[in-house]
Parts: sequence; C-alpha cells; structure tokens
Amino acid sequence: MSNMLEVADLGHTYGDYEAIGGLTFDVRAGELVCVVGPSGCGKSTLLRTISGLIKPTRGDVRLNGSHLAVVFQDYQRSLFPWLTVQGNVEFPLRSLPRAERRKRAAEALEWVGLTAAARKRPWQLSGGMQQRVAIARALAFRPALLLMDEPFASVDAQTRFELEDLLLRVRREHDTTVLVVTHDIDESVYLGDRILVLSSSPARLVANLEVPLPAERDQVTTRTADGFVALRSKVARLLNVGKPSMDVEKWAAAERESLSETVSSS
Amino acid sequence: MFGELVTQLSSPTFFRHVVATVLALLIAIGIAIAIAVPSGLVLGSLPAVRHATRAVIEFLRPIPSVALIPLALVMLGFGPETKITLAVYAALWPILFNTIYALDELDPLQVETARTFGLGRVGILFRVALPNALPFVLTGIRLAATTALIVMVSVEIMASSQTGLGFFIMEARSGPGRMDQVLVGTVVAGVIGLLLNNGLEQVRRRWVAW
Ligand SMILES: Nc1ncnc2c1ncn2[C@@H]1O[C@H](COP(=O)(O)OP(=O)(O)OP(=O)(O)O)[C@@H](O)[C@H]1O
Ligand SMILES: [Mg+2]
Repeated sequence: MSNMLEVADLGHTYGDYEAIGGLTFDVRAGELVCVVGPSGCGKSTLLRTISGLIKPTRGDVRLNGSHLAVVFQDYQRSLFPWLTVQGNVEFPLRSLPRAERRKRAAEALEWVGLTAAARKRPWQLSGGMQQRVAIARALAFRPALLLMDEPFASVDAQTRFELEDLLLRVRREHDTTVLVVTHDIDESVYLGDRILVLSSSPARLVANLEVPLPAERDQVTTRTADGFVALRSKVARLLNVGKPSMDVEKWAAAERESLSETVSSS
Repeated sequence: MFGELVTQLSSPTFFRHVVATVLALLIAIGIAIAIAVPSGLVLGSLPAVRHATRAVIEFLRPIPSVALIPLALVMLGFGPETKITLAVYAALWPILFNTIYALDELDPLQVETARTFGLGRVGILFRVALPNALPFVLTGIRLAATTALIVMVSVEIMASSQTGLGFFIMEARSGPGRMDQVLVGTVVAGVIGLLLNNGLEQVRRRWVAW
C-alpha cells in the first residue's frame, strides 16, 4: 500500500522551547491513524506543521496528493457565521464552476446527514451538527489527507459517539485517509487502524501500534472486546510514563517490543 | 407648528431644501466609505503602514470638523463641495477606526481555516476579513452618518449656501422670523438623522444575526 503522508525527523522549536523532538512516521492511503499524547505535548504543533500552517524548524513532511483539509476542535470559530451551511461547505471550492460547487456541497452534506440544514446558518445548529458541517466542508474539498485536531473534544458524550461512528462510516465509504489527534485513549483505540503514542513535551514517538480490531466497529461491542481493553491499557500505561528526560528511545524500544508481543497474541 | 409642518412638507421649496441636504449627505457618506474602508483594510492588515501613518492620523483626528468650517469656506468657497468635503472629513474617522478595529478582532482560527483551504493573503482579505469586518463597518457608517448630518447642517447654517435644510432654518429665523418654520426645519433634520440611524441599524441587524 502506498503512503499518503511521510513525516521524517520532524521537529519544531518555539523560540528555545522544543515542542516536537524529531518524529518519523507514515500514513498509508486509506488508513485512519490516531495520534495520542499527554496534554500540551505538541500534538497541535505536529498537526500545524503537517498542514503547513507553521514551518517546522527541521525535518520533512511529504504529502502524496495535492492538498489536505483540517477539521479543528473549535467548530464555532472555524465555521464562517456570515455564510449558510451550504456556503461554508462551498467555501474551499471557489475555483470550481458554480454547478460543480453546488453538486459537491450537496453530496458532502448528504454524507454527514445535513441536507435539510443546507440553508441554515451554522450558529442555528447544535454543536454536533456544526462539527458535521466542518467535516462536510473538509470532505467536499476532496483532500488527500484529512487532519483532525481533537475534533470531538467539545461535544457531549452521546454526540461524540455519533460523530465517531459518522467519521468511521464516511471514511470507509469514501476511502479517505485520516490523521486524528486526540488526548482520549478510548477514542484513539476505537477510531484508529493504528495509534501513534507520543511522549510529553518535546513530543517523541513512544509507540506505533496497529489496532487488532475488525474494521467494522460498534460503540458497545467493540469497547468491551478483549482486544480493545488490552490495547487501551497498553496505551494508558505508555502515556503514564511520560518522562521525557533520560533514554526515551531505549525505553520506547523496550516498550514497543513487549507491546508487539502482547498485542499480536491478544 | 403642526399645521406649518404639513404646509411645508407639501411645499416644493422646502422639499428642494430637504433633498439638497439628504443628497449631499448621501454623497458625503458614499465618498467617506469609499475612502475609509479600503484605507482601513490597508492600515488594519499592514502594521508597517499603520505605524508610518500614525502621527498624521493622531494629529488630524482630534480636530473637530465644525472648527474647520471657516477654513473650508475660505479655501473651497460657498458651493456644495464645501459641505460635502467637511461631512466626508467628519464621516471618515468612525468608519476608518471601526474597519481597523474589525481587522484587529479577526479570529486567527478563521484565517487559519482559510489558509488550510489554500487561500492567500488577498483571498483571505476579501473572503474572510472583509465579510467579518462588515458589521463593524456598518456600525462605523451609522455613527458617521449622524456626525456628517451635524456638520452638513452646520455648514449650511454658516455658509448661507442658498440651499439645504440648514439654510432654510437660518432664513426662517433671520428673515420673517418665523419660529414655527425654524422648528419644522429642526424637526425634519432630526427625523432625517433618526431615519438614517435606524435604517443602518436595521441593515446591521440583518447582517449580524449571530
Ligand atoms: N505559538 C507558540 N509559541 C510558543 N509556544 C507554543 C506556541 N504554541 C504552542 N506552544 C507550546 O508548545 C507546547 C505544545 O503545544 P501544542 O498546542 O502543540 O500541544 P497539544 O499537545 O496540542 O496540547 P493540548 O493537549 O492542550 O491540545 C505547549 O507547551 C505550548 O505551550
Ligand atoms: Mg492541541
């Protein structure tokens, strides 16, 4: 399978504060990869360097495709209040002819189940619906890679489950490659085909875990499956260590080894 | 006075005066918008230009436009261009400062969203910064309209320019000394101000429903 995203020795330093300390990983086409890490470890910084919003101090980001799209946590601020829902979804499509723009927006809104809300303004919708608009807008842009920064952190638990399932369905139906940043361990296991575990600041790659769960996920049965529970505790343990100083590499290598045993045997 | 109001409202001469004032006012507001909004966009998005022009603006802004009337009369004469120029001057500031303020208040996340969708500086200016600034600009225009009306009527009163509401009021006072006509002129001036203010507030409300 080809790689959609290749990140090589990516590092970023704000002034003299090192936020990311050399990350190397790939995202394969069609894959959904979750990045988990402790709060403030540099997850958003990673996403911002990948999306080109900031230029990393070192390293390389290669996207095998023309463009990507980002869904931010704060949908309220990221949607444009003067545009209708449809206008928001059409926003990135300015270069297309009007008819094509309409078609794509209608299509994307249908994917997220918001066809009826097309003429409304974003602020007339609930938080979960607003985030679906943001997802539709990103999908309408047909990105090679969909980046999401804690996309479901600002909605209630019920809505969160719904949005997680919506993301899984949409990306399966439309073969989207997705990189989701989250600090929620359960969410990373539930959503991911693979999980990248980061250390606390400066972020380094602690583990790169395949998720040994079937592609079809279910909020009740998946979350109680043995594989889910085992992996969740693994990730939790990895995150709790969070001592960025001495021998991260060595320690991470040891952890990876023990993990690959447990995970593959479970 | 109520009878006089009805009489005057149906009089073509009075109507001409009102139209002269309103027309000049609209022209002045239009010119002020055409100057202040683009300048505000430039000053608001280019800090370097803002710094460079700061001294000039800080010097000009506190000058009350009414205090400029004698100077303008000497320099521009007694035609309508004088009152328009002064009204433009008075109307510029609220629009300019509200536009700059709006750009300062622009949410960085909106800019970043646009950037991730591939928009450049110009695209962001027109498709994000400008629509985002519009409610603030409209508030600026509303404030500007009121100030411009004051200046406009003041010039008409002082310059005896033969047309306009201010001239009508002045003439009613000094000629036949008709108090009721003075009052009618004053009330109509107030109504124009009120209508402009409310109309622009309505427009702003429609736009900024969020
Ligand atoms: N523009 C900036 N200038 C200086 N330091 C910054 C800047 N942005 C972020 N940082 C610092 O870099 C570190 C990583 O920030 P970042 O936002 O990437 O973390 P995060 O993992 O996304 O955090 P959270 O879990 O809170 O979302 C933090 O310590 C933060 O204070
Ligand atoms: Mg973050």
